[in-house]
Amino acid sequence: MSITLPPAGGPPVTLGLPEEEIHGVSLWRGAFRRVRRNPSAIAGAIIVAVFVLVAVFAPLLTPYAPGSAEWSGQVTPTSVPGPSADHWLGLDRFGSDMWTQMVYGARQSLVYGVVSTAIGLIVGATLGLVAGGFGAVGGRFGQSVDTFIMRCVDVMLSIPSLLLAVSIAAVLGQNAYSVMIAIGAAQVPIFARLLRGSMLSQGRSDYVLAAGALGLRKKRIVVSHVVPNSVGPTIVQATLNLATAIIEVAALSYLGLGASDPAIAEWGRMLVAAQDRFDVAPRLAILPGVAIAITALGFTLFGEALREALDPRTRR
Amino acid sequence: MPTPAAPLLTVRDLAVTFGVRGQRAVHAVDEVSFEIRPGQHVGLVGESGSGKSVTSLAIMGLLPKRGVRTSGEVLWGGRNLLTADPDELSRLRGREIAMVFQDPMTSLNPVVPIGVQVSEVIRRHEKADRREAQDRAEALLRQVGIPDPGRRLREYPHQLSGGMRQRVLIAIAIACGPKLLIADEPTTALDVTIQAQVLEVLKELVADTNAALLLITHDLGVVAGICDEVNVMYSGRIVESTTRNRLFATPRHPYTGGLLESIPRLDSPRGAPLRPIPGSPNQTIPWTEGCAFAPRCGNRIDECTSSPPPLKYEGDRDLRCYNPLSDPARAEAVQA
Amino acid sequence: MSALVSVEGLKVHFPIRSGIVLNRKVGAVKAVDGVDLEIEEGRTLGLVGESGCGKSTLGRALLRLSPVTEGKVIFDGVDVAGLRGEELRRIRQDMQMVFQDPLASLNPRQSVETILTEPLRAHGIAYDRRNRVRELLDQVGMPPSAAQKYPHEFSGGQRQRIGIARAIALEPRFVIADEPVSALDVSIQAQVLNLLEELQQKLGLTYLVIAHDLAVVRHVSDEVAVMYLGGIVEQAPSDDLYSQPFHPYTKALMSAVPVPDPRIEATRERILLQGDLPSPANPPAGCRFHTRCPFRQEARCDTERPELRLIGPGHRVACHYAEDIAAGRITAHEVTPEEVFAG
Repeated sequence: MSITLPPAGGPPVTLGLPEEEIHGVSLWRGAFRRVRRNPSAIAGAIIVAVFVLVAVFAPLLTPYAPGSAEWSGQVTPTSVPGPSADHWLGLDRFGSDMWTQMVYGARQSLVYGVVSTAIGLIVGATLGLVAGGFGAVGGRFGQSVDTFIMRCVDVMLSIPSLLLAVSIAAVLGQNAYSVMIAIGAAQVPIFARLLRGSMLSQGRSDYVLAAGALGLRKKRIVVSHVVPNSVGPTIVQATLNLATAIIEVAALSYLGLGASDPAIAEWGRMLVAAQDRFDVAPRLAILPGVAIAITALGFTLFGEALREALDPRTRR
Repeated sequence: MPTPAAPLLTVRDLAVTFGVRGQRAVHAVDEVSFEIRPGQHVGLVGESGSGKSVTSLAIMGLLPKRGVRTSGEVLWGGRNLLTADPDELSRLRGREIAMVFQDPMTSLNPVVPIGVQVSEVIRRHEKADRREAQDRAEALLRQVGIPDPGRRLREYPHQLSGGMRQRVLIAIAIACGPKLLIADEPTTALDVTIQAQVLEVLKELVADTNAALLLITHDLGVVAGICDEVNVMYSGRIVESTTRNRLFATPRHPYTGGLLESIPRLDSPRGAPLRPIPGSPNQTIPWTEGCAFAPRCGNRIDECTSSPPPLKYEGDRDLRCYNPLSDPARAEAVQA
Repeated sequence: MSALVSVEGLKVHFPIRSGIVLNRKVGAVKAVDGVDLEIEEGRTLGLVGESGCGKSTLGRALLRLSPVTEGKVIFDGVDVAGLRGEELRRIRQDMQMVFQDPLASLNPRQSVETILTEPLRAHGIAYDRRNRVRELLDQVGMPPSAAQKYPHEFSGGQRQRIGIARAIALEPRFVIADEPVSALDVSIQAQVLNLLEELQQKLGLTYLVIAHDLAVVRHVSDEVAVMYLGGIVEQAPSDDLYSQPFHPYTKALMSAVPVPDPRIEATRERILLQGDLPSPANPPAGCRFHTRCPFRQEARCDTERPELRLIGPGHRVACHYAEDIAAGRITAHEVTPEEVFAG
């Protein structure tokens, strides 16, 4: 006995197969699910979460005030008190509680890292969007705009970031702002080129051509079609840049730029301070160093997992 | 009829499963068995998802190691290639079994001149010095119909057209006179007139060297022109296996019949409507539960969705079907 | 019946630029080099040829998706090639395209519903969202539940149906199908071809079907044109072209198509072309095909470009010796393949 089939070429036949979902799975949702299952992504996410929580709730986690140097009396040139009941990680060479310095250091790093990456992202993405938007759909004039902007970006890229940082510090003075602007400025060309490249590449795809064939206006094509498909790699890059920003902040503080008050807790400065007591109390350097490394690792793991999840080629 | 020679290659119950922890396993290939005798041309036909390419990669030992489970036997000269050690396999490949892939763009090394890529194979498997290998490479290029082969030896893959590159791949494949040539969609990426040229070259060479051929393709027209034996695959298993003439004259598996009926042909009356296979290839049920083709099959009966049909010998062919197409009706329709 | 679409002397040349500062034009890729065509309303013209012949570029040029270097594209009396800005945008409602790769031609981040309604919004057409979407999906044989899903959740054939639904959303009069089934599995191709035919009848569409597969083109077209290296070499009603091809390239093309019948494959006569397609940046002088033609006669073929001329009712061919070849007065000879730099 045969079952009657729908007319040839007609809609699919279901034979008690599992009910399909009513709502489709968009690319973002699909990516989120994949990231959820990835062990290194989970590890990265946990590290980042811990870092952020520690930074945000710093006052609640520490009994003391940062940079107080209250117990400087206990510090001698040949000894720095180690971990004890009152001071879980001991004291630093200025006599402040090490645990407090570390926790508040997380806060500084988070602020510096986020702000500088945000500066880089906002300025860079804007440049990239304009260049990419004009370049992708603009015709001859559009390409000139694109070329002009990218040449400016190239000039920015050619300035060594360290030189840039020092120059900005010379102009704005040696404080936290100049560090953040310097690191942000160094990141601008990265984001600009990335976003612009993505947009040009998407602009050549068939669905953009199809949108043109449908009679959509150019602005609409850029906004609804090109941009949403171009932001993926930029977001991934932002996560990865956060990691390097944190390291760079530490490096610049280590070199003496940044806030001049030595008592302000910041992992890079703590590394500087730990140098001449290294033989006596190596933990003063190890602790901030490891903290920097782990935090950067967390962002990197998460960012890489995100990249893999969003890449259409590695899907399925 | 003379007694057939012992088979060169025997594939028995080959199964390949892809699976990563946390995701459902994909049975790309299952229960695949067939033989290739010396000088025989065997076709493996199927669409995307049929498992035909995975089968050929498994035979050559070219599947990735991670996340892939292979079982069954691939017997060559008494040895099971699936469990052979890598050195042995590497000695076999190129020398006794050679492979031609689909995409000549990515199969050739873009930064190495053609002549080197061809002579490399010769020097790997035979004791020839550079001079000798070069001469043989030139002769091979001439044999596959590449004009001015001496000059081509120094050229790079990007300087050649798609058809030329495919001929180079064929030259590399037959360089050491293999007993079996496996061609995986060798002409799919080529234009029709170039495809005709390359297929001619393939046919001639295989005839000259008396090599056996395993041709993997989705194009039934190509199969009709070159293969003696045909195995039709669907969703990882062989569903029909017989000689070329019988398959085309009287297909008995509804999938084979459906395919033949749905292809627009140059030789059929223009007004005749195309009768497509309903549904789409992703509408299948697992072979463990029933026949994978059942959701789309016009001959479906209750048994088809309750238990998997076994591959049985039915007089003149192997068939995996509870309710195959009947002989006379098919013959009539095809001859019309 | 007047022609809905009429192409006159169409040329699409892509400049090749060189130089770092000045970027001067040093040559041109002559993708389409002088094409005349007519498509009557309600009919289907098939355009067939191999890669590099310019058929896709021609299709895109008709919709102004490729720049037109020279010539006219007259749609319902209006020369589309000369339109710009808002006028051009408006006329797009009447001329649409179905693309080859359904995965690449659908925005992966838009739901099917958005994909289908976006063109309506872009042209300010009022519509009832749910009903219109349901209607379109129904016309292409897709269930209403598809509306909320995303392209990557469908199979190739289903995605192509969505692409077709999008193309007919604006109720166009003319649809160009650029290789509509080449990216699909064999068993699905027939479904989509049948769908296209069904829609043509229901909606009174005029089609230009571009394909490299001769059998596909033959099946869906009323009239077929064969392109080679930027020009049309033969054009005739479908039945006539396939029963009596005149142009040597058409003959070679037809004899190269594999037929799924061993008896035919064993006995058919093959005309094998030698060598490769010449570069469109440097096409041969005279007849574009003369470098590979087995019937080439030096006298005229090397120097004079043949015109597309009438050789029978509705049957045009661009060959100096078409009648002689058909009558057997000229026979095929060996061709030494010319050196072509493939680039």
